[in-house]
Amino acid sequence: MTTPILIHVNGQRQEVRADADTALLYVLRNDLKLKGARFGCGLGQCGACTVLVDGRPVQSCDFPLSAAVGKTITTIEGLAANGKLHPLQQAFVDEQAAQCGYCITGIIMSAKALLDANPRPTDADIRAALKGHLCRCGTHQRIIRAIRRAAGEAAS
Amino acid sequence: MSQPLPPRKLPGNLNTNRRLDRWLRINRDGTVSVFPGKVEIGQGILTALAQIVAEELDVALERIRLSPTDTRYSPDEGMTSGSQSITDGGAALRYAAAEARDLLLQRAAAKLGVSIEQLTVADAVIEARTGGRVSYWDLATDDLLAREATGEIRPKPASAHRIIGTSAPRRDIPPKVTGVPIYVHDLDLPDMLHARVARPPSYEARLISLDETEIRALPGVVAVVRDGSFVGVIAEREEQAIRALTRLKRIARWSEPAALPDTTDPRFLLKESTEDETISEKQDDGARARQGRIVEAEYSKPYIAHASIGPSCAVARLDGDRYTVWTHSQGVYPLRRDLAQVLGVDAERVAAIHMDGAGCYGHNGADDAALDAALLARAVPGRPVRVQWMREDEFTWEPFGPAMVVRLRGALDADGQVVDWHEDIWSNSHSTRPSGLGGINLMASWHLAQPFKPAPPRNPPLPGGGSHRNAIPLYEFPNQRVTNRLIKRMPVRVSALRALGATANIFAIESFMDELAAAAGVDPVEFRLRHLKDPRARAVIETVAARAGWRKGEKGDGSRGRGMGFARYKNGAIYVAVIVEVEMGRDIAVRRAWAAIDAGLVINPDGIINQTEGGIIQAVSWALKEGVRYDRSRILTTNWDEYPILGFEEAPQVEVTIVNRPEQPPLGAGEGTQGPTAAAIANAIYNAMGVRLRDMPFTRDRLLAALA
Repeated sequence: MTTPILIHVNGQRQEVRADADTALLYVLRNDLKLKGARFGCGLGQCGACTVLVDGRPVQSCDFPLSAAVGKTITTIEGLAANGKLHPLQQAFVDEQAAQCGYCITGIIMSAKALLDANPRPTDADIRAALKGHLCRCGTHQRIIRAIRRAAGEAAS
Repeated sequence: MSQPLPPRKLPGNLNTNRRLDRWLRINRDGTVSVFPGKVEIGQGILTALAQIVAEELDVALERIRLSPTDTRYSPDEGMTSGSQSITDGGAALRYAAAEARDLLLQRAAAKLGVSIEQLTVADAVIEARTGGRVSYWDLATDDLLAREATGEIRPKPASAHRIIGTSAPRRDIPPKVTGVPIYVHDLDLPDMLHARVARPPSYEARLISLDETEIRALPGVVAVVRDGSFVGVIAEREEQAIRALTRLKRIARWSEPAALPDTTDPRFLLKESTEDETISEKQDDGARARQGRIVEAEYSKPYIAHASIGPSCAVARLDGDRYTVWTHSQGVYPLRRDLAQVLGVDAERVAAIHMDGAGCYGHNGADDAALDAALLARAVPGRPVRVQWMREDEFTWEPFGPAMVVRLRGALDADGQVVDWHEDIWSNSHSTRPSGLGGINLMASWHLAQPFKPAPPRNPPLPGGGSHRNAIPLYEFPNQRVTNRLIKRMPVRVSALRALGATANIFAIESFMDELAAAAGVDPVEFRLRHLKDPRARAVIETVAARAGWRKGEKGDGSRGRGMGFARYKNGAIYVAVIVEVEMGRDIAVRRAWAAIDAGLVINPDGIINQTEGGIIQAVSWALKEGVRYDRSRILTTNWDEYPILGFEEAPQVEVTIVNRPEQPPLGAGEGTQGPTAAAIANAIYNAMGVRLRDMPFTRDRLLAALA
C-alpha cells in the first residue's frame, strides 16, 4: 500500500498509492477523481465501468491496478479535446441518446474502440460491440443511432 | 357558528405549497430560479418543467436555473412517481409562472403609466405600445413573489405556445456523455469514508455471531457498526470496505428460517387469504340473456426486479445533532420523515438532498441506502460516509414488482360482441414506499436491535389504483364484474415498479380481448374498436394500425407474427396502442414495435418519444426474459447472469407516433407502454404460431411446453 504505482491516464502520468490488486475502477474514481466510469456490478457483467486500456475496452471493476502498469488508459474524461466534445459524445447529444445515463459513458468508450478499429460498422457490428453493456432504460436504438451517426460523420 | 372557509383549491401541487416564492425566483442577473419538488430520474422531467416556466413567463429557456430538490427549501411534492410530475408539478409551475408574469406586468404598468393591456413581453423585456420599456430584472425584488398564489391567472392557450411543444434538448444529457460527476454515486466530499453493509443472507435471517475484532483489524477499517442484525463496515478506501465486507460475510453466522413460498409460480397467491373488493359492476340482464360462447383464461406475472444499472447509493454526515443525507430517493420529504423517526430526531434536523441516480423505474433501494448511510454516519461524527450497495444487495433486497394472477371469463353473443366480463385479480400491495405514516418503510430499521415495524401496505385508491390499476377495462361491456383480491401477507419484499398492477392487468385484459376476438372470428383490431366509444382511444388504435400497415385478419407464418395491445394508463392518463412483430427463432424475439400515443398537450415531443421507446424496450425485456427466482429461504437471482435483461443484440426497432392534442391537458406519459407491450407480444406469438402464452415471461421453455 505504501509503494506508489505509476499509471498513465488520459495522457498524464499518475502516481497512485493503493494495493496492486485494487480494481482500476476505484483508483480512477477515488484517487484520480475521474467519476465517469461507474460501478454497476463489480463482476464484469454490465459494462458501466468500461475504460480503454491500450485502446481496448476493459471492465475496470474487474481489472487490477497492477495490470494497468505500463499501459495507456483512456477514460471518458479523456475524449473531449480543447473544450470540444468528441464526435461520439456530440452524436449522443444530437440523438438525445440517454435517459438515466448511468450506462452511457461506458458505452461511449466501447463505441470509441469499435470506431477506431472499424470506422464504418454495420448495425450488427455495433450491436455486437455493445454485447457486454446493459442499458435498463431501453435507450438501445438511440444509442445505436448515435454510434452510426458518429461513424458517418467521421467517415465523411 | 360559521366555519372559516376552506382555502380555495389551487392547481396541481400549488394547492399544498401555496407560496409563489416556494416555486420561483426572478433574479436581478437575468435568470430565473425554479424549485421543483419533482426529481430527474432519467425521464427528462427537469427539461420539460423548464420549458413550462420559460413559456408562461415569456423568458428564453436558457435563463431557467433549476435547483436540486432539497428539504431545506424545495416544495414538498411527495414522490416523483405514477406519471404525475407534469400533471401535478408541471401544473403548479405553469400557474405560478403565469401569475409571476402577471405581477411583473402590474409593476411595469405602474412604472410606465399604462394599462396592462398595452404591454407586450419578449424574453423578459416588457414594452408599452406607447413607448417605454422595462425588464423583469429591473422590476424583480425579493417581495415580488412573497405571497400566496391565487391560481387566477390563466396559462397561455396552446395557440400561443412557442417553447412548450418543442423538442428542447435535455439539459442533463451533455453531463451524462462527458462523465462529469452528477450522480450521488459520484459525490466526493472532503474526508469522506466508504462503507458497505453486510446484509442478512435472507429476509428473516438474524445475526447470531460475528467476531468484530477481526474485521476492525483489517487494513483501512475505521469502524464496524453493529446494531442487532444491521452490520456495516466503514473504511478509508472503497476497496478496503469491500474487502472487509467480503471477510465479514464469511465469518458472520446467521439464523435463517425458510420463509419464502415453495414455488415461484405466482399461483401460490390463489391460496393466500385475501381482502376482496368489487371495483366495478355493471348489469344488463337483456344482454346477458344473449350470451353464447364462454371463454375463460388465467394469466400471471412473476416478481420482477427494478434491476437498476447502478446499485443504490447515499452519502450522509452527522454534524452535532443534524444529519445531512444525499440521496437518489424519489421523495426526499417522505424519506426524511422516516429517517427522522429511526434516527430519533425531529425532521427539521435531517436535510435530505436529491442528486441523480441510475434509473430506478419505481421504488428500489434508494431510500434504504439513505438510512444505511445515516446509521453508519452516526459512528463517525463530522465525516461524510458514502455507502453503495453491491450488485447482489440490489438484486436481493430491492422491493420487487409484485407477482400477480388475473383470471378472466367472458361471454360472447351470436354477433361476436362481449356481453359479460368477469375479472379477478390476486396481488400484494404495490406501495410500500416510505411515507412517515404508520410505520417505517426503510429496510435497515427492521434489522436493528430495537426494530421498527413497516407501515401497513397501502393500495392507492382508484381511479389511479395500485394492484387494481387498469383493472377496469376501458371497453364497453353491458355486464361486468371486476374483483380485486388484495393479499396482505408479503413473503417477498414488494413495492412500486413502473406501472404497478397495470402491467399484469393490461397484459391479461388485452390478451383476453385477442382470445375473445379469435373465438368470435373477428380481427383483433376491429374487435377492440367494436367495443370502444372513447374517440381518443379509437384514434390511437387506428393510428398505430395504419402506421404498422396492419392488414385486417392478418396471420403470421409460423415464424413471424404481429399483435396489438392497448390501454389508457390509469384509465385517466396517456393513451397507448402498441403493435409488435415477433420472430420465433431459437428464442422468441421482438424485432419491431410501433406505438401511437395521445398524451394531450405534449411539452417535449422528443422527450415523450424517448420515454415511450424506453418503456416498450423495457417491457419487451420483462415479457421475454424476466422473473425473480428464489428457494424457501433466499432470493437466488443475484447478478446479471442469473437475471438476464434484454441486450443490444435483441433490442427491437421502435417507431412512435404522437397523436397531438395541444388543446387538451397534458397527461402523465412515462409508464403507459408496459402492459400494452406485454400483451402485444403474447398476441403476436399467437398470431405467429397459434399458441397462447398466458404466463410471463414468454420463454422458449414455456413455448415448447405450450406446443407439446
